[in-house]
Amino acid sequence: MRGETLVGPTARFGWFIAITALYLLHQDIWLWRQPRPLVFGFLPPALAYHGAYCIAVALLMWGLTRSAWPSHLDEREDR
Amino acid sequence: MIPAFIVFAYLAVILYIGIFAWRSGRSTTAAEEYFLAGRSLGPAVFLLSLFGTNMTAFTILGSAGHAFANGVVTFGLMASSSAFVIPLTLFFIGTRLWALGKRHGFITPVQMFRDRWECGHIGTVIFVLQAALLVPYIIIGVMGGGTALHAITGGLIPYAAGGALVAIVVMSYVFFGGMRGTAWVNAFQTVLFLSFGAIALIVIGRSIGGFPETMSTLLGDPATVPLLSRERVSPWFFFSYTFIPLSTIAFPHIAIFCLTAKRLAQFKRTVVFYPLCILAIWLPCVFLGVAANAMVTAPRIEAKLEARQALAAAPASLPAADRAALRRQAAGDDVIPIMLESFAPLWLAGLLGAGIMAAVMASDSQILALSTMFTEDVFTYYGGTSRFGEAVQVQTGRAFVVVLTIVAYVIALRAPQSIFDLAVQFAFSGYAALSPLLVAALFWNRSTKWGALAVAVWVAVSVIYTARVPGALAWFGLLPVVPMTIISCLLMVVVSLMTRAPSAATLRRYGL
Repeated sequence: MRGETLVGPTARFGWFIAITALYLLHQDIWLWRQPRPLVFGFLPPALAYHGAYCIAVALLMWGLTRSAWPSHLDEREDR
Repeated sequence: MIPAFIVFAYLAVILYIGIFAWRSGRSTTAAEEYFLAGRSLGPAVFLLSLFGTNMTAFTILGSAGHAFANGVVTFGLMASSSAFVIPLTLFFIGTRLWALGKRHGFITPVQMFRDRWECGHIGTVIFVLQAALLVPYIIIGVMGGGTALHAITGGLIPYAAGGALVAIVVMSYVFFGGMRGTAWVNAFQTVLFLSFGAIALIVIGRSIGGFPETMSTLLGDPATVPLLSRERVSPWFFFSYTFIPLSTIAFPHIAIFCLTAKRLAQFKRTVVFYPLCILAIWLPCVFLGVAANAMVTAPRIEAKLEARQALAAAPASLPAADRAALRRQAAGDDVIPIMLESFAPLWLAGLLGAGIMAAVMASDSQILALSTMFTEDVFTYYGGTSRFGEAVQVQTGRAFVVVLTIVAYVIALRAPQSIFDLAVQFAFSGYAALSPLLVAALFWNRSTKWGALAVAVWVAVSVIYTARVPGALAWFGLLPVVPMTIISCLLMVVVSLMTRAPSAATLRRYGL
């Protein structure tokens, strides 16, 4: 299974960086002690940030399914 | 009584769905149909059911209760960390499990481990460990059902009868419907969860005149303003929580569920929508839990806040029993039901009751997974299917479902819930520390059965050790799951390099 991915080494490195960066962004220490300002007038900043973080993860996963999907696993089953 | 009627109607609906699914099942072999829904689940059921399988009573009640006491940190600790880790593990590990399962006919992870590492009894050791870590969930499910029905019916149905009713309903649709019935019921439950959060937020928000004022009240009070930031939690502790969702793919019921997809493409929507589903369910629950701190017009919430203040001001000499009583009084697991009772119409309380029942009945997947593991990893492996045939194998699985449910019910009647609550917490760490087994089996050709055995023994020892010794392995303020997982990885690497690799023929079959 290894070595059959259709993603080239540069793209693979790019995705590795993107995934690592998003993982590090989960640790938002710059918002640690900030209860203000309320986003949209009612959401504490940390809650708004992590809500947006979930959307960012969905976008990352969309990108991965578009350009790094392990389609060789499916094709092998069809052969 | 309206909420009670809604809950009974809900139980009838899921029973119908489970048994209807059984009638509609038609494909492949009997065992694959019963245990894996014939590897034929469509994209919508696959996404909704996989997500629902991961939802427990904690998602609705526990998350709000945790946020009531600890503030907005709850979302980052448990929701957004899962939103990141779980889709990635499904993308990298789940897809490969699916492909190998389809190619080699695997139904359980232990079957793959045995084949991949050319071992027999080491697979049995892993089966025993996985089963031991899974049993507390099943018992908790029965207990939760009894407690929830007792509360929803205002004490009309005793705990024992409520537990029995829930156990019988779950057992029936797992018995008849197998994986297909369980998946359909879970998909229905997920739709209920997704509707609940948004509706509760809108209705309560309207009733109290909007949330901006509530949050301004919290910001203006020095006692509650820390709930809107994370100043009470260390960044290392927060970081530790990103290890916990590694447990998801290592849970046998999730790994087995990955094999039910009809096509690989069904993982695409699942991994994209999974973080959005987490957002839709967790954000309203956490937000409402935090906002409850300002809802002092509800007498029961005010009593909780007073108990919290009394606990904070209590002298060190306060007797342990009094301290425990104050803690129970201050606990926020029921803040959402209280808010609905105070600020929402009866029908929404009924919908919540159904949502709670859906959550506590999440044990269906675990019961089916344990039955699948027993029939495949023990009954079939030790010659049962070849001697008695596949029909007997499926009947054995069904009989196991009945026996397991009865045993869980009897234990639920006799043992205190706190023991199993604790066991479930340790099981999360245990499964996270077992995740290197899957990674090594799928991605590292040099991994060996002895490395796998070392990981299994380490996980068993460390779970027992951390359960018995408070604060054990909590190095540098991290949760024990971090050292447990890192040591698992090291053991897999070191022991594998010291022992003989599987044959070249086996590695070729795995494309390694």
